[in-house]
Amino acid sequence: MIEFQTYLYAFLVGGAICALGQLILDFTTLTTGHVLSGFTVAGGILGGLGVYDKLIKFAGAGATMPISSFGNALVQGAISEAQRNGIIGVLTGMFELTSTGITAAIIFGFLTAVVFDPKG
Amino acid sequence: MPRDPKKKPITVDQKRYSEIVRDLAPKPLYLKNALLAFVTGGLVCMIGQFFTDLYRITLNISPKEAGNPAVATMIFIGALLTGLGIFDKLARYAGAGLAVPVTGFANSVVSSALEFKREGLIFGVGGKMFLLAGSVITFGVVTAFFIGLIYALFIL
Repeated sequence: MIEFQTYLYAFLVGGAICALGQLILDFTTLTTGHVLSGFTVAGGILGGLGVYDKLIKFAGAGATMPISSFGNALVQGAISEAQRNGIIGVLTGMFELTSTGITAAIIFGFLTAVVFDPKG
Repeated sequence: MPRDPKKKPITVDQKRYSEIVRDLAPKPLYLKNALLAFVTGGLVCMIGQFFTDLYRITLNISPKEAGNPAVATMIFIGALLTGLGIFDKLARYAGAGLAVPVTGFANSVVSSALEFKREGLIFGVGGKMFLLAGSVITFGVVTAFFIGLIYALFIL
């Protein structure tokens, strides 16, 4: 079954995160690269505090689609593997949850670059 | 050549000039930009939610597991729209609404790969693909490493 209020929360939370990013871009001299890196770090810290998973439970894709989710997933991977294998797990578990995103970005990025030519 | 601020003090003329430029330069339309980013970012997340539900129901997996193929699908869409040249046109209006979701991550990878395609597959596409997206991975991993370390040493 599909819960329709999840779509509303996804729109509101995801939109709010993006609007915050836009405000930072407009009010400061920071670039998109700064904002994306900063959001990733913020997501990682919120993930370490256990807040980000609650946000995902509430807003679904509104929390998993923004780049802050990448920081959270890195932290969750490192922590959950550390729980099983001790301190080495921080290294082995780091990309456990994010490998989809990185692999997809490399594969689709490579294929797109081979197929298409730069515009303009 | 750009002026080195350490070498020469700013003259009165330069100061006046920069004031005039500052007053004449168009100011960003804060409210309009933020609203556009809010709406487009929200829509992107709703599309992501649709794919999450689609994979959750058709593959019969948990919402958490369904997030992975949904993210991959959004990256595919972002990469394809960038290759077709549509992404940049949309991003002109959407701003952070398209840049902050994973579509922006895909866009930065593809646009770097395309920009350096003329340098060849090895040095251009392969080497420069993560020119912009690399900092996201670097800072994410450094953050996660120290949080994981703190967790493993003090909390476990």
